[in-house]
Amino acid sequence: MQPMPKMLRILTGVTIALLFGALYLVFGYAPREAIMGEVQRVFYFHVAAGWVGGLAFLVTAVAGAVYLARRRRGWDLLAVASVEIGIVFTFINIASGSIWARPAWNTWWTWDPRLVTATIMELLYVAYLMLRQGIDDPDRRARFGSVYGIAAFVSVPITFLSIRFFRTIHPVVIGSNDPSAQGAFDMTPRMLQTFLFSLLTFTFIYVTLLWHRVRLGRLAEQVEQRKMEMLTV
Amino acid sequence: MLERAEAKMRAPAPGAFASYLRAVGAVISKDLTAELRSRELLGAMLVFSLLVILIFNFALELDVRARQSVTSGVLWVTFAFAGTLGLNRAMAVERERSCLDGLLLAPVDRSALFFGKALGNLLFMLIVAAIILPVYSLLYNVNLFRPALAGVIVLGSIGYVIVGTLFSAMAAQARTRDMLLPILLFPVVLPVLIAAVRATASILLAIPLAEIRGWINLLIVYDLLFTAVAIMTFDYVVEE
Repeated sequence: MQPMPKMLRILTGVTIALLFGALYLVFGYAPREAIMGEVQRVFYFHVAAGWVGGLAFLVTAVAGAVYLARRRRGWDLLAVASVEIGIVFTFINIASGSIWARPAWNTWWTWDPRLVTATIMELLYVAYLMLRQGIDDPDRRARFGSVYGIAAFVSVPITFLSIRFFRTIHPVVIGSNDPSAQGAFDMTPRMLQTFLFSLLTFTFIYVTLLWHRVRLGRLAEQVEQRKMEMLTV
Repeated sequence: MLERAEAKMRAPAPGAFASYLRAVGAVISKDLTAELRSRELLGAMLVFSLLVILIFNFALELDVRARQSVTSGVLWVTFAFAGTLGLNRAMAVERERSCLDGLLLAPVDRSALFFGKALGNLLFMLIVAAIILPVYSLLYNVNLFRPALAGVIVLGSIGYVIVGTLFSAMAAQARTRDMLLPILLFPVVLPVLIAAVRATASILLAIPLAEIRGWINLLIVYDLLFTAVAIMTFDYVVEE
């Protein structure tokens, strides 16, 4: 059992500090939104979690492609690790959005393009994990995972496009707003700072978790090897 | 690795395309012959489709007014369900008695095998559609004989079958085979279903074609994109 690398220890510490900083900014520093009130504060972590979800699945698709080209197990470990984190953060994204939607839209759920796309994305990667679970041979598992990770990632933007033909009520805070969007607001400088800090924090959380998870995967592989050695002796 | 790269770099010999098409044709005719002798797959798909329509009839109470709005949805759900049945079976047949290994030994490009299987599946889906549509028209007194609708069904089926063939090759090699395919397939193929259902509904309401261009374009883009993905990844799915 190797000790935890020093860099990982430092990174973990920095991430925890950043998280507390972000919490302070969200609840203490950012001003209260005039119309929606306190519930608007969910926005900072909501968008940050969505960003991490998308990033994680992009990493999975890229790691899958590299695995197919190079056939190094590490890339596959990275792909699974990223999917698991992506699923959790996409769920945080959906759940926090739902909590916000209740007071802002007066409903927990509506069939809006972004909501549906996020949910489909979640289902896609749950299917990814189920596919992997059903295959015993590790090389085949890695190959199929890579192929599915790529296909799933390609389909997400098309799903979004296909539902976008309907009208959206989801606000776009960054960039121009659809006139039919409900619950939009303009960010003050303090809000913007808090928002950017949250994005940074969540990206740090992603990288930290990813590193821990890849390390865990390697350790699990070693345990597996030791077991095999014991059984063959 | 190196060998594969070299094989790809080699310039295609004259007549290579013809022999490629011959390989695709051979796979299709093999599936067709097997189907003609056993009549397992088409029969099951057809009976299953009729049962799905029957269930919808009672579940949704397809009276005259409801029919107008849900016909396109009922049709595509039926095609999608019958499709997974066909896809599962088509690959399971190859896995039994290791027929797939035999196919893979053939000295042809792997993508030829993929297109052969995919076109065979497409053919079965279109046959099912060609039988279901008149039956549905007859049962519910809706006119489904419109050229635009046939176009949408072909485009939608192509996208469905391309992704479905790729995934069924993966699902067939997993422990949880038959269960796995719909779970893998439906979320990825959702854009096809959305676009096809919307386009079909518009056609049935006699909305001019210019207004459903967006959906048709979406189907075409999806078909092309996933054909590319499938060609690039199929090698990795069947390699041993």
